[in-house]
Amino acid sequence: MTSNAARAYELDRHELWSGFKQLLPISLFVVVFGLAFGLAATQSGLDGTSIVIMSTLVFAGASQFAALDLWGTQVPLIPLAITVFAVNARHLLMGATLYPWLRHLPPARRYGMMLVVTDASWAMSMQAFGRGESGMGLLFGGGIALWLAWILGSWLGLHFGSAIHDPMSLGLDMVMGCFMLAMAIGGQKSLRMLAIWTVAAGSSLLAYRYLPENSHVVVGALAGGLLGAIWMEKKP
Amino acid sequence: MNIETSAIGTLVVILVMAVVTLATRWGGIFVMSFVPIGRRVQNFISAMSGSVLVALVAPLAVNGDSGARLALLATAATMLLLKKPLPAIAAGIVAAALFRQFF
Repeated sequence: MTSNAARAYELDRHELWSGFKQLLPISLFVVVFGLAFGLAATQSGLDGTSIVIMSTLVFAGASQFAALDLWGTQVPLIPLAITVFAVNARHLLMGATLYPWLRHLPPARRYGMMLVVTDASWAMSMQAFGRGESGMGLLFGGGIALWLAWILGSWLGLHFGSAIHDPMSLGLDMVMGCFMLAMAIGGQKSLRMLAIWTVAAGSSLLAYRYLPENSHVVVGALAGGLLGAIWMEKKP
Repeated sequence: MNIETSAIGTLVVILVMAVVTLATRWGGIFVMSFVPIGRRVQNFISAMSGSVLVALVAPLAVNGDSGARLALLATAATMLLLKKPLPAIAAGIVAAALFRQFF
């Protein structure tokens, strides 16, 4: 990240559309994910309308799957809220990493864009910002593409979910993992980054094993960030 | 506190999930608006953005089945060779699917 980090980027319609289109291929995978969610939710006893409302308003796949584990004729509200928060706490970090670029936008627009922030669009836009380009279209346009894909997939899952018998045998559970890895490798590579990654991976694994469930992403990310703050990049 | 999953109950549960998730989406930029962005904070943020990705993937690689590991390996190799994410992701998924088909 260099001094142009603070450069102001605006969002125009053309860029929004371009970001939307760039996330369409990933959106196809998200449709299949959503399909798996719709099917699993039906099996957990949720009705169709509720499933579509949940996917529309929550739009956070991993936490929605986690909620299904707690679903029954009664739902424990506080454990559910804590689980959803823990699984989605990575959004806090994504927001923090986006802030240097979003701070120049008017607050309404800034918070409006964050409504649809999600892993894939965040990763793509951070890469664009890192290259010194604007990632606004990827973040918002791409986020909208992924949001619509998630809703569409969940709805399809209600009706046609049984067509996919075993998403794992098709490798579909690996979509997000492979995407994240590709984004990480596509980023900056240096000895410093390698050290940061090692610390992030190591502390994530330790947290995964020894700390409460779902804490590993936040622990790993903060540990990597701390090393980055101590071992700073040379001035450009 | 348990909520009955009647029509209204389910809606209440979904709304709680939505509000909690929205708080995570807004919380990060909200808190950062009180933090002066100096060089150290910028380094922290950029290191953290790569670390989020690594922290997500690491348990998959260590605790996943061989299909998962092979998928990540295929993605890493393709990404290093071609530097294009989509072929890299496709290679990973195909690797996992093929492995699980035969083993």
